[in-house]
Amino acid sequence: MQIYLPIADLPVNVFLVLAMGLAVGYISGMFGIGGGFLMTPLLIFIGIPPAVAVATVSSHIAASSFTGAISYWRRRALDIALAMMLLSAGIIGTATGVWLFTELRALDQLDLMIGLSYVTLLTIVGVMMIYESLRAEMRTRHGQPATLRRPGSHTWLHGLPFKLRFKRSKIYVSAIPVWAIGFTIGFVGAIMGIGGGFLLVPMLIYFLRVPTATVIGTSMVLTLVTMASATVMHAATNHLVDAVLALILMVGGVIGAQFGARMGQKMRGERLRLLLGLLVFAVGCRFAFELVVRPDDLYSLRYVRPE
Amino acid sequence: MMRRLMLIATFIVAAAAGPASAERLVVSLSNHRVAVTSSFVGEELVLFGTVEPDPATAPLHPPYNLVVTVSGPRQTMRTRRKQRMAGIWVNVDSREFVGVPTYLAVLSNRPVTEIANEDTLRRLQIGLDNFLLPQRIGIDLADTVRDDPFRSAFVRLENQQGLYRESGTAVTFLTPTVFRAAIPMPAAVSTGNYAIDVQLFAGGLLVARTNSALEVIKTGFEQYVADAARDYGLFYGLATAVMALLIGWFASLVFARE
Repeated sequence: MQIYLPIADLPVNVFLVLAMGLAVGYISGMFGIGGGFLMTPLLIFIGIPPAVAVATVSSHIAASSFTGAISYWRRRALDIALAMMLLSAGIIGTATGVWLFTELRALDQLDLMIGLSYVTLLTIVGVMMIYESLRAEMRTRHGQPATLRRPGSHTWLHGLPFKLRFKRSKIYVSAIPVWAIGFTIGFVGAIMGIGGGFLLVPMLIYFLRVPTATVIGTSMVLTLVTMASATVMHAATNHLVDAVLALILMVGGVIGAQFGARMGQKMRGERLRLLLGLLVFAVGCRFAFELVVRPDDLYSLRYVRPE
Repeated sequence: MMRRLMLIATFIVAAAAGPASAERLVVSLSNHRVAVTSSFVGEELVLFGTVEPDPATAPLHPPYNLVVTVSGPRQTMRTRRKQRMAGIWVNVDSREFVGVPTYLAVLSNRPVTEIANEDTLRRLQIGLDNFLLPQRIGIDLADTVRDDPFRSAFVRLENQQGLYRESGTAVTFLTPTVFRAAIPMPAAVSTGNYAIDVQLFAGGLLVARTNSALEVIKTGFEQYVADAARDYGLFYGLATAVMALLIGWFASLVFARE
């Protein structure tokens, strides 16, 4: 069944888009991520203009992260104070990212920048996650408890000033790394059209030692707020959000996310991180392949403005 | 600048058509308004017409050839070229095409090169090779030679999307003076006004010319959404965000009960 998208200005198959929403929703529910890094490339692949894809995906991520945030809220598994601290820097990061986005677009280097950042971030994060989860797996095999929380092991990050106590997460850290992480996520999210959950979760675990109990819920609150405001900003400035496309994606996404979350709860943390690491790494390689292999067509078109 | 070029082009055409023509074109379009609805997957419009003597007693001189040029609303596009730099493919060069049609169809009853000679085609801007596609060169606007790599890449890419096309079989003469032209409107057409230029040739010369127009509009729900997105961007964005939150909340309610 074909349906015409009013903003993207083209017809799409409803079931195809719904299936994409379900599949990405399943993955996002399973790993507790937004799934933007999968959804945006998929939409571009089926012919949606990249700008519309980036803008519309933000509303889809807002919907699925809200579902997630509610269920974590019920289980008291999110840290509002930490989320607010991250957000305050995240907004500045987003504004910087949007500014660079516009500049690069004018120079025709936006695609390259997006490609390079996907390759760099996804391959590095992917390899790190695979390595870490394999090590944890080995430790479990050898009978040692696989714990990420080692209370005694303080890094240099814990020596920085402006210390704050986050009660829910039971951590006492400097505001500097919190702001740095918030800024990075906001910046990267604006450039790459992603929520950044897959980056934020490992960062919070490895750098701030946020316990696994609150990390996903907290990351979802951050994703929810940045993506909801990105939706409003994209709609108000560029008129690029396609509500019809967003609606189909959301319906598929939230249903998929519920089943994914159930699957995720059955799996062990290390196994889950290994799978996510492999997925992230694979997407990174896909982008690397695109940059290195000679394109089928050396020429491409970009719409500048109406007359 | 663009307007001046167009003006000159019109002037040349008016001079070429001449006052002493013995033929007149009467055309009718199957539909002057293409409505883009939620189930729009493209459409084919039909242009019917006859060649009438002018004045009524004047003799006709078949065989005739007909060229129908349909051009959509104008836009500015950029064509970019990639080159390998340090192992990766990077956009290194680009050209801006200013005020070019979003849709361009050159439909005729035989290939345009068989209808008139090169000079005539070029002067009347007939065919994708001859249609004026101004590029920004420095501060000036000009169309370059037809085998300019950026120009041919632009036409080829638009052609791949079905938006630029040239067909030597889309026009059929039902009798020597009655014709029918099929105008394909793919799903990706832009909304706006489309100009239809109908040119009649006999013996390689332009003998009559007429114009028509059509409009592509969004209707119903599509129109409503597109209008809201354009005119009330902030409210539209807030509404979409609220929709996202409601769907997220609703899903958590439904699944929490189980």
